[in-house]
Amino acid sequence: MGKFVVKHIVRLTLLLLAVSAIAFGLIAASPVDPVQANVGQAAWVSMSEAKRAQLAEYWGVNTPIWERYVNWLGAVLHGDLGTSLRYNAPVADVIAWRAGNTLALMAVAWVVSGVLGFALGVVAGVKRGGVVDKVVKAYCFVLASTPAFWLGLLFLMVFAVGLGWFPIGFSVPIGKAAADVTFAEVAHHMVLPAITLSVVGVAQIALHTREKTIDVMESDYMRFARARGLTTWQAVRRHGLRNLALPAITLQFASISEIFGGSVLVEQVFSYPGLGQAAVTAALGGDAALLCAIAVFSAALVFGGNLIANILYGVIDPRIRKGEVSR
Amino acid sequence: MEERAHSAEHTHLQTHHHHSHTASSHHERGHHLLQVSSLSIGFRMYDPDAPYFAAEQRVSNVIEDLSISVHVGEIVAVVGASGSGKTLLADCIMGLYEPNALVTGEVWFDGQNMGADSLATVRGRAGGIALVPQSVSHLDPLMRVGKQVEGFSRRGEGSARAARRVKLFERYGLDESVGRMYPFELSGGMARRVLLCCALAGDPKLIIADEPTPGLDLDLAVKALEDFRAFADEGGGVMLITHDIELALRVADRVAVFRDGTIVEETSVESFASPDLLKHPFSKALWHALPEHDFSWAGAVEGSMQQGFGACVSAGGEKPSSVSGKEEA
Repeated sequence: MGKFVVKHIVRLTLLLLAVSAIAFGLIAASPVDPVQANVGQAAWVSMSEAKRAQLAEYWGVNTPIWERYVNWLGAVLHGDLGTSLRYNAPVADVIAWRAGNTLALMAVAWVVSGVLGFALGVVAGVKRGGVVDKVVKAYCFVLASTPAFWLGLLFLMVFAVGLGWFPIGFSVPIGKAAADVTFAEVAHHMVLPAITLSVVGVAQIALHTREKTIDVMESDYMRFARARGLTTWQAVRRHGLRNLALPAITLQFASISEIFGGSVLVEQVFSYPGLGQAAVTAALGGDAALLCAIAVFSAALVFGGNLIANILYGVIDPRIRKGEVSR
Repeated sequence: MEERAHSAEHTHLQTHHHHSHTASSHHERGHHLLQVSSLSIGFRMYDPDAPYFAAEQRVSNVIEDLSISVHVGEIVAVVGASGSGKTLLADCIMGLYEPNALVTGEVWFDGQNMGADSLATVRGRAGGIALVPQSVSHLDPLMRVGKQVEGFSRRGEGSARAARRVKLFERYGLDESVGRMYPFELSGGMARRVLLCCALAGDPKLIIADEPTPGLDLDLAVKALEDFRAFADEGGGVMLITHDIELALRVADRVAVFRDGTIVEETSVESFASPDLLKHPFSKALWHALPEHDFSWAGAVEGSMQQGFGACVSAGGEKPSSVSGKEEA
């Protein structure tokens, strides 16, 4: 047990180091000049050469990249994530506020796409070749090949602009004091981005579950269950779901990375103040501190999801659980 | 019993008699326990020999004009090469064929003419048909064995099923702790008895055993099948599907020789005492191929027979000892 914990902590540390180094390197290599981006186009043009050089010196443009990285890493180890250039606030504060929005959005999309995708996949797999299967498959193929941002735009046009059912963006009503915002208003603002994210996620999960269901339906134990007098659906309930749960759990936790990736685009489309939107802003503004922090945060999130899948697998599957004990 | 007396007992139109009887086979209430008449199972497929785009659909019969009967009190062995469609026959008798299968012919069970719907109402039920499958892969890998033996309980019968499971475990020498194991923890011998208990939990009248003794050498397999003998002696019927002719001759009352999707001869085990008692040339060839006989392929034996039976006939003596060692566990 102790060995397991240590092993995973070492892995996580190495992963986060690698992710932060790569993010740091990428942003240094990007053509966006952080000084120019932060001073503003008009001010930059009217600025004298000497002033520009002075600013560059102040921002440490000429410091070698490895030295900048080591400085940043040292500060992070002391608990200082740095200051965001774009938001002019401590990175920790920016992330803390936005992570709440993003995690709420992701959680809704994650649960909806997981439950809906699993249900559709099982029904399609059991009724393989039937009408339901064909409809589910068509739905999944269309959606799996639909970009999330395009679908978001479509939803905005139809439901926010056209029908006026939902706000066109942001996480709270415009011009309202934060203290006065009700839960209903927050939920109302979350509906469209969450649906966009879920609808795209459903396709992947349903297609994978369908394949797995077909395997299970053709297994010896399902045939034997029916030979013992169970109807197809009784056999599915009693033996099928149990055996489908394992791959579904792995898939569900592995899909965290996809949902996070989708949320970057969806938040951008809906002007939803989450981590994804902040990541885009940070990248376009050369905001190294914020971008690295978000990269590390999301890597830790995905790592956590995969780790939970691993642990749950061992808890649920007796072949693994008992195998561990006897070893 | 005498052949003529038997015919007289038949009250239905099932006055079959393409088979011979043994002393233990009897016609309870004047009919067979199971009678399959002129059964054909085919699948619609594209002609594999035609050029690609010109291929037309045709029906390919896997089982063709097959007839077989099982009487109360006997074990009938269906002997045929592996992969020749014997399992499909088992599925069909249980009404478990795919929707795209084209099935013709008649299945009579306990005096009733059965279709897929009526077969669904007798499989796994009391007085019905139960399957004993080949291997532990037929058990749900994620469910405890005891619960699986008890089976699916409809409302209010859970405790009765549990009680029956305890009795069966006792009778077949399975410890209570086996009930809490998962299938992957079972030894070969335990798995076989558990699968048998699964079938018996439904209190069937007919057992269809599909290669129930895989990997056992002949003596152990014969011993393992004593439970089937007991079941038959208590008034049940057993259809034993196997590729092992020696095993069939040791434990069965009658042998049905399965070849090319049909039963070429259905006869009592005693008929195998001499090739002269066997009618079909393939059965005769089979007799000659047995190790204790002249081991030769008498007369014109086609290549397909050699492929099919050459391996299994010699299998008895050549099984690695490790398999039988595992069995003792």
